[in-house]
Amino acid sequence: MAQDSSTQFAQIAMNNYLLDHAYDEMFVAAGELHRHYEPLLGHFSSLPADELQRRKQAADLSFLNQGITFTVYGREEGTEKIFPYDLLPRIITAAEWAKVEHGLMQRITALNLFLKDIYNEGRILQDGIIPREVVFSCKQYRRQMIGLQVPRNIYIAICGTDLIRLENGEFVVLEDNLRVPSGVSYMLTNRRVMKRIFPQLFRSYNVRPIEQYTQLLLGTLRSLAPEGRPEPNIVLLSPGVFNSAYFEHAYLARQMGIELVEGRDLVVHDNIVYMRTTSGLRRVDVIYRRVDDDFIDPLAFRPDSILGVAGLFNAYRAGNVTLANAFGTGVADDKALYAYVPDIIKYYLSEEPVLKNVETYLLTRPNERQHVLQNLDKLVVKAVGESGGYGMLIGPQSTAAQREEFARKIEADPRNYIAQPTISFSRAPCLIGDALEPRHVDLRPYVLYGDKVTVVPGGLTRVALTRGSLVVNSSQGGGSKDTWVLSQ
Amino acid sequence: MLSRVADSLYWMARYLERAEHTARLLDVNLNLMLDESSTSSEHRWLRVLHALGYPQDVAWTGDPYSLTRALTFDTNYKASIVSCIIAARENSRHVREQISTEQWQRLNSLYLQVTSPGFEAGVDGQSTEFLQSVTEAIHQFQGITDSTMSHGEGWQFIQVGRFIERASATAMLLEAYHEDLWIYPERIPEGNEYLEWMGLLRSATAFEAYCKVYTADLTPERILEFLLLDEKFPHSLRFAIDSMQKALEEIQHESGKHRAETLYRLGGRLQSMLSFTTIEDVLHQNVVGVLRNILAQCRAIHQTIYELYVDYSIQTALAG
Repeated sequence: MAQDSSTQFAQIAMNNYLLDHAYDEMFVAAGELHRHYEPLLGHFSSLPADELQRRKQAADLSFLNQGITFTVYGREEGTEKIFPYDLLPRIITAAEWAKVEHGLMQRITALNLFLKDIYNEGRILQDGIIPREVVFSCKQYRRQMIGLQVPRNIYIAICGTDLIRLENGEFVVLEDNLRVPSGVSYMLTNRRVMKRIFPQLFRSYNVRPIEQYTQLLLGTLRSLAPEGRPEPNIVLLSPGVFNSAYFEHAYLARQMGIELVEGRDLVVHDNIVYMRTTSGLRRVDVIYRRVDDDFIDPLAFRPDSILGVAGLFNAYRAGNVTLANAFGTGVADDKALYAYVPDIIKYYLSEEPVLKNVETYLLTRPNERQHVLQNLDKLVVKAVGESGGYGMLIGPQSTAAQREEFARKIEADPRNYIAQPTISFSRAPCLIGDALEPRHVDLRPYVLYGDKVTVVPGGLTRVALTRGSLVVNSSQGGGSKDTWVLSQ
Repeated sequence: MLSRVADSLYWMARYLERAEHTARLLDVNLNLMLDESSTSSEHRWLRVLHALGYPQDVAWTGDPYSLTRALTFDTNYKASIVSCIIAARENSRHVREQISTEQWQRLNSLYLQVTSPGFEAGVDGQSTEFLQSVTEAIHQFQGITDSTMSHGEGWQFIQVGRFIERASATAMLLEAYHEDLWIYPERIPEGNEYLEWMGLLRSATAFEAYCKVYTADLTPERILEFLLLDEKFPHSLRFAIDSMQKALEEIQHESGKHRAETLYRLGGRLQSMLSFTTIEDVLHQNVVGVLRNILAQCRAIHQTIYELYVDYSIQTALAG
């Protein structure tokens, strides 16, 4: 019985799976697997189709009961949703990973040096590698940070960089997330659920563990404590329960054993930050903040913010508290600045970038702007300050009216947009109903920078669950997969 | 521990205790109602409302089942069972990193169950199965809490919330029944009256425990003594106040005792009143007066907990 349906699953899966020019994570060609996927398909084929469905339901239920959800804004009903989870893991070989890891370490090191430079001497600007106006016109550039010393000169302690695979299988950087990157809790919980649902399969692969992430994060935060605070009190600052990533904030705080605080729990007195506890006020030394710069201190930044702590920025300036990431790191993940990252790497490290960028047109350059305006139907246009798939034009899928609207916007404010070719990034097989179907995926590995740079082997693979879609964001109907990095 | 966290844990426990108490009260009364004439129905349900502290906007309209539905499912009414479960879950969501995963999962599944679309329509209006399942889920939650959460300050705040709510509910329950059961304390119960007394005990889960101490002979003084002064029964006022005071002392121990003199005194006074009084002393006084006095003291303790641990002024804290 099991034998019959199994052969069926493998046959149907192989026969009906449509390949096109995009790189496929599982298939080299029709009927031919990448070798590291063979045991996976073998295992899935040994299960009856209804058993797969049963395990899928068990996984979903586990996420729901654990409240592993994100909040969808602007809806009354059902504002908490589980992040759809696909049963097939995405597998990365040891060799592929070695290159990714090297590239990410190189990138975060260079970007840190860049931030230190632009908030201090500004050598890279004097040497004309990057035009001054690109940096100074960035919305995330913080004048308040000029000349400020941050502990260990580390601006970016926590980073999540989005990678995609081109048609030739090469990993390239799509964007860096240097402010408050999220998703690491899904990486960790996906793995836990996976190990529970497919213990045998998991055991048969040599997958590198990722559980140590929270301990590494804690160590990173501890290493950034202000001078003279040998046993620092570390807290995670969350905007609160209505934030879309609240589950993650609570998860990380619990896994690290630190307090999860909100702005209203903190007070600043004489440039010292305290938290309000049942035994009175307790000093705070390091804040892993998941609140954006703009909202963190109503005295220094947006006065209408109710999420922040009045006086926090002064305490930070005085060196009495560390923030991770530092204020003003957003300048380095501005989408226009992204185009210069290869130059930044060469300038500070005298090395060639290990991971390439996606080709990017800067609309402030007249000839590039001209080219983009003439080819809007082929390109992707992104607003530099937006994230989460908002403020985007995907040329091939757009209407003439949308293109006209974007053309007007670009001409009105060219600094605010970039354009990139439409890349048909790689696809991985997903279980859709009873069948395997290809869906586009990206990869967000997580990088930590404290005593040293660490990249946890894995990351969050996001899946565009709509057939043919290139948008993987959870707010736009994306899902995720467990990501396995093999040790050999 | 963060003040906000203490606040959320305290309320999580209070809301669940309230949901459990309401569920049991409704279950017991729906059951006893089947044995009585319909003329006394109104009296019974008004007494239920009295025992719940006359919840706002909920009125007796002549139909026990519609009253039960309101007290169970109506989320417009903040003390309905479903509202309490939602509030408890919301409080626990604010402190997810403070409670165990097991606790969260138990409470979250209860929440998902009672808020799933169309759930209310699927519950048979005349069956008490749902009420029993709520009580059971909350018992499970309490067991999970006690066995998976570290018995540190957070757990102590849960204890305080649970027992201050229980003490208030028991005092109100006794007050609601007082008029019926203690006007003529010398009388021997007959027929339906026996059922009422049993109902009172069962509303506090006390019937079996009472029988173990006094046998199934129910007398008003003994019932009052048992629910007010018994040292070992978890739903008696004395037990609840003892447990609350014990938890408060643990909290004071962790957070610095000198700050907590007023609270220590308030709790200690109520505790010693219940420990050193006899049922004769109580019966010689105005029983309703005694119960109302206990309720007032519970409110004062609640207020003082707030001033001390949650809502204190920054200036005082810096000076201290």
